[in-house]
Amino acid sequence: MTKVTMIVNGKSRSAEAEGRTLLVDWLREGLRLTGTHVGCDTTQCGACIVHLNGEPVKACSVLAQEVDGAEVTTIEGIAGADGTLSAVQQAFQDYHGLQCGFCTPGMVMAATSLLRENPRPSEAEVRHYLEGNICRCTGYHNIVKAVMAASGQDVPAVAAE
Amino acid sequence: MYDFELVKPASLQEAIEAMQAEDAQALGGGQTLLPTMKARLAMADTLVALSAIEEIKGICTDDDGRLCIGGGTTHAMVQRDCAESFPALASLAGRIGDPAVRNRGTIGGSLANNDPSACYPAAALACNATIVTQNREIAADDYFLGMFTTALEEREIVTEVRFPVPEAAHYEKFIQPASRFPLVAVFVAKYSDAVRVAVTGASSDGVFRWNEAEAALSGNFSEDAVKGLSAPDADGMISDLHGDGAYRAHLVKVMCARAVKACA
Amino acid sequence: MPKDTGIGASPKRREDVRFLTGKGRYTDDINLAGQAHVVFLRSDVAHGRITSIDTGAAEAMEGVIRVFTGEDFAEVGGIPCGWQITSIDGSVMQEPKHPVLAHGKVRHVGDPIAAVVAETRDQAKDACEAIEVEIESLPAVIDMKAAVKPGAPKVHDELAGNLCYDWGLVQENKEAVDRAISAAAHVTTLELVNNRLIANPMEPRVAVGDYTSHDDHSTLYTTSQNPHVIRLLMGAFVLGIPEHKLRVVAPDVGGGFGTKIFHYAEEAFCTFAAKALERPVKWTSSRSEAFMSDAHGRDHVTKIELALDAEHNFTALRTETYANMGAYLSTFAPSVPTWLHGTLMAGNYKTPLIYVNVKAVFTNTVPVDAYRGAGRPEATFQLERVVDKAARELGVDPVELRRKNFITEFPYATPVAVEYDTGDYHATMDKLLELIDRDGFPARRAGSEARGKLRGLGINSYIEACGIAPSHLVGQLGARAGLYESATVRVNATGGLVVMTGSHSHGQGHETSFPQVVADMIGIPEDQVEIVHGDTDKVPMGMGTYGSRSLAVGGSAIYRATEKVIAKAKKIAAHIMEASDEDIELKDGKFTVAGTDKSVAWGDVTLAAYVPHNYPLEDIEPGLEETAFYDPNNFTYPSGAYACEVEVDPETGKVEVLAFAAADDFGNVVNPMIVEGQVHGGLAQGIGQALLESCAYDADGQLLSASYMDYAMPRAHDFPMFAVDSSCRTPCTHNPLGVKGCGEAGAIGSPPSVVNAVIDALASGGHDVGHIDMPLTPARVWHAMHGGTPNQRAAQPAAHSEETTHDRSVAGAATNV
Ligand SMILES: Cc1cc2nc3c(=O)[nH]c(=O)nc-3n(C[C@H](O)[C@H](O)[C@H](O)COP(=O)(O)OP(=O)(O)OC[C@H]3O[C@@H](n4cnc5c(N)ncnc54)[C@H](O)[C@@H]3O)c2cc1C
Ligand code: FES
Ligand code: FES
Repeated sequence: MTKVTMIVNGKSRSAEAEGRTLLVDWLREGLRLTGTHVGCDTTQCGACIVHLNGEPVKACSVLAQEVDGAEVTTIEGIAGADGTLSAVQQAFQDYHGLQCGFCTPGMVMAATSLLRENPRPSEAEVRHYLEGNICRCTGYHNIVKAVMAASGQDVPAVAAE
Repeated sequence: MYDFELVKPASLQEAIEAMQAEDAQALGGGQTLLPTMKARLAMADTLVALSAIEEIKGICTDDDGRLCIGGGTTHAMVQRDCAESFPALASLAGRIGDPAVRNRGTIGGSLANNDPSACYPAAALACNATIVTQNREIAADDYFLGMFTTALEEREIVTEVRFPVPEAAHYEKFIQPASRFPLVAVFVAKYSDAVRVAVTGASSDGVFRWNEAEAALSGNFSEDAVKGLSAPDADGMISDLHGDGAYRAHLVKVMCARAVKACA
Repeated sequence: MPKDTGIGASPKRREDVRFLTGKGRYTDDINLAGQAHVVFLRSDVAHGRITSIDTGAAEAMEGVIRVFTGEDFAEVGGIPCGWQITSIDGSVMQEPKHPVLAHGKVRHVGDPIAAVVAETRDQAKDACEAIEVEIESLPAVIDMKAAVKPGAPKVHDELAGNLCYDWGLVQENKEAVDRAISAAAHVTTLELVNNRLIANPMEPRVAVGDYTSHDDHSTLYTTSQNPHVIRLLMGAFVLGIPEHKLRVVAPDVGGGFGTKIFHYAEEAFCTFAAKALERPVKWTSSRSEAFMSDAHGRDHVTKIELALDAEHNFTALRTETYANMGAYLSTFAPSVPTWLHGTLMAGNYKTPLIYVNVKAVFTNTVPVDAYRGAGRPEATFQLERVVDKAARELGVDPVELRRKNFITEFPYATPVAVEYDTGDYHATMDKLLELIDRDGFPARRAGSEARGKLRGLGINSYIEACGIAPSHLVGQLGARAGLYESATVRVNATGGLVVMTGSHSHGQGHETSFPQVVADMIGIPEDQVEIVHGDTDKVPMGMGTYGSRSLAVGGSAIYRATEKVIAKAKKIAAHIMEASDEDIELKDGKFTVAGTDKSVAWGDVTLAAYVPHNYPLEDIEPGLEETAFYDPNNFTYPSGAYACEVEVDPETGKVEVLAFAAADDFGNVVNPMIVEGQVHGGLAQGIGQALLESCAYDADGQLLSASYMDYAMPRAHDFPMFAVDSSCRTPCTHNPLGVKGCGEAGAIGSPPSVVNAVIDALASGGHDVGHIDMPLTPARVWHAMHGGTPNQRAAQPAAHSEETTHDRSVAGAATNV
């Protein structure tokens, strides 16, 4: 076991890690930051996406010791300190971009990166960027809508009578 | 995963030394190795992480005009930084996996692994790139020795890959819908003196050159030249859930024709 | 101005904030003090006799607390089945034992053989590999038709054979159906496979067992759609723990889609081991493990024949289906191909004579049970494919053929045992044609052709039966449980309400939509209503969420309990205002006396209920809390029309979905936003089934699609934006809200639209392909276009290949070591 320290959501945090400890387990078990999820074992679902030094990575496929000293942002670090949702989070709620919520942390982390790289993505660009994020509940329709809305583009309102 | 010791050399020299340990293995981006180790189908006593070695990262052009990509360069960096110097390669890198995978996975890892459905081997073979290690330079023509097998010796690290940039090139990828790796993909590279065509995803021997297409295209670089050929032999093609050998052989021809068309 | 509150509004979901900020609490987020971890050693062969298990070496390893085998469960019951089917000959179905850990034999890849409990998960995994098991391999039965042939190897030695039951509906009609088919002007026949699927909720299953010796209580935290059902099944049938000594908690659950209904061995194991070891025991499934231990869905092989008269009226329908049960009977497995499938074979049509035969078969595969739609997608697929094929054979418009045969008068008693209460199939069809712009299709097709692509439009109707109930009927049909729902509405002194519901939300948004109903009835803000679910210690009773029953059945229970609360509150209000009960009206959170200006606020009445100073104590008790059990007297019957527009690349066979439209009739709608979301999700699963997803075994029973590397999960760019509409409404006539279920419709109605569209596209290119089995992968479509029939007419949706992507990558990496 080695002590690993990272700046997580702006604060220096430490916990033990074996050589084989994955970043996602270090976060979930070491720091009890359970917002980052594990949905697969083949690096395909994206439920575990966090930002590592500002870039999205799959925390299930990064070793904790390898990124000792890095800056990590997890879903717990996305809303404002006062609890205000980020534009992406707010759009997911406004446009019903989540159902069971399991894929949601990864989706929000991925969408946040997309909008940083490409502030006004087209629908096709959103769909392509989310290649590594699987959602079983929403059929992606409202996720795509939410991401478009978060980028300030007009999207149809949610159904209501 | 079985446990292992992780070492993080900061220089190539340290990495070479670390690789001398009993049962040591290089860790590139971990996007293939870690899922495999999670399934307990691979193990090592020591993993030598290459990600802190700056000298094997990055892209430059050498005196011969070749594009030189460090073995530790991520797919995301190639996608971004080769967009002008070698657009076909940038586009290939930009279609590997997804953004998060591209931020970790490396060209060295992909070429060392030589998955029969990987993308980079097609580019390397079509361009007859040079694979550079701490010990030697290996021409792509001599490097790929069959599915998951390469000319690399144990402890050898891919430090750089040098691509002669073609006049025109295109990578046409038909995805396997589950893994999103290529079911079949074809890289066509046109040089002033030759056309080279490399195929991935199709053969159980891994990436290969489609000689008939190369011959036909060297005389007449057009879609029609490909359409005039018969598809390569289906024997020896991968046959699985996602397509049998005959289908893959057919796709080789279709993807090749499309790649040529896109070059124009 | 859209409504922003109450029934019909789309308020933002209140559960979203915790999910969006990482504060959801899923079962794997629960870690109890002193918790140990269990890892299961699972069979890697499909069928074999266990000749020896040596756990000695494993037990000696670091961190190992104990290794359990089948022997440890000798005193414990097996995993029970909740439904019994009676065969045509009057015999009851064959029901094999289903041990918690394999005993004697292993019967599918993934069957648990032993369980290692250790301090950490990695230690348990390490020790698992040290268990020495000898298994004598036996020939596996995978193909259903081969499994029921005389002399086939038996999955269960103690049973007469591999046929679980042979069921007919309605047996008395069989001869009449046979005669009508012989006499018909035209008969269209189709043989097809409904491909085996894996539900794949994104949250893998997890179970945490706990035991406290001071009060002899067991607790199970589990990823379940119905904690009370698990409490009953596991407590009464497996472990012998009375319900008052057992608590089952299903906290936030990351999707279910049916596969989290069932009681699984891992749940029983963790509860049992926690007591045996007096330590909490946790199991977290990996995705690979989920592929071989979560119940699978669908897997039917069917022959369907539709008879028509010279005017194209449907005169008779006959089907024969082989339904895969897998190696054991999962909780509701026997009901899926029978009562949830046979009863739907009338579809939207007034076919007078129908006969359905279903043979359920044991094979050496993972058990098969309900997956989103359960039986109804299989029924809809066959029927809507055969109708489409008939239209093509007769050269008539497929929409007109459907319209001609639509049921138009309600209630309508079908010849397959159910009565549709309402519906308007022409209305949803009209709406659909508008949504998909059918008139513009020829021009769009011409555009595709100009680009070298084949364009097709597939249209179909669907009806489904959901809100599964009533108890007296399902009891006659073999259910061993009631199918009511319960709700308790507790009003606090200050006027806020807590609603304890037996429904369980794992994505459906109950915390938002249920308060809409209650708040609307009382006329108070929704934030005054809190929903409690998923904990048997907090909610008196519940049957859970599946079969699109939450609002129709659970919501109706809430409605009834709220009615009772209001009735009592009116009595209190009448007393306070010195008026008669009958004159009290409740509106906007205020009680008034009709015809006067007297009023008293909701909060004053609720306060009076708990501070009964001025209170009719001689008539009613203090307090304001009511419970209702709602047991509906029929299913609800959502219906609609779906359309899919595709483009096929003739060079590769690749199908692209360009447009998908759905016009549904769900009766009244409480939250249109949530309803749309449910339809979107269902469509994605239905289109996924049609184009991408396939759970395949090879002939030896090895699971070929054993990870996301080979099981194609739909991604965002596999779909276009969907056009969905639920404005056509014929309210359900028998529940108080007039609602019908909406959770499964998308998955039920969409697969035939996709296949019909592809067949249409190919036909436009001169490829007269009668049918292609799902999933319509590029390879299958391309082969079909070239006269080949890969995987066609196989009795099993498996591919014929030894290799998988997963195997290949894994093998490669291993050789690199
Ligand atoms: C979801 C997903 C989708 C993917 N899709 C594609 C795709 O479409 N096309 C595609 O080509 N790939 C795809 N990949 C694989 C990806 O490109 C990997 O990044 C790559 O194959 C391995 O690179 P790595 O740096 O991650 O290597 P690692 O996983 O770290 O290592 C792989 C192997 O190479 C060795 N190795 C690593 N670096 C070196 C080096 N510099 N020198 C010598 N040996 C080394 C390791 O010891 C190991 O044996 C996908 C991966 C995932 C997870
Ligand atoms: S858990 Fe990391 S990609 Fe699925
Ligand atoms: S919201 Fe459930 S998986 Fe995406």
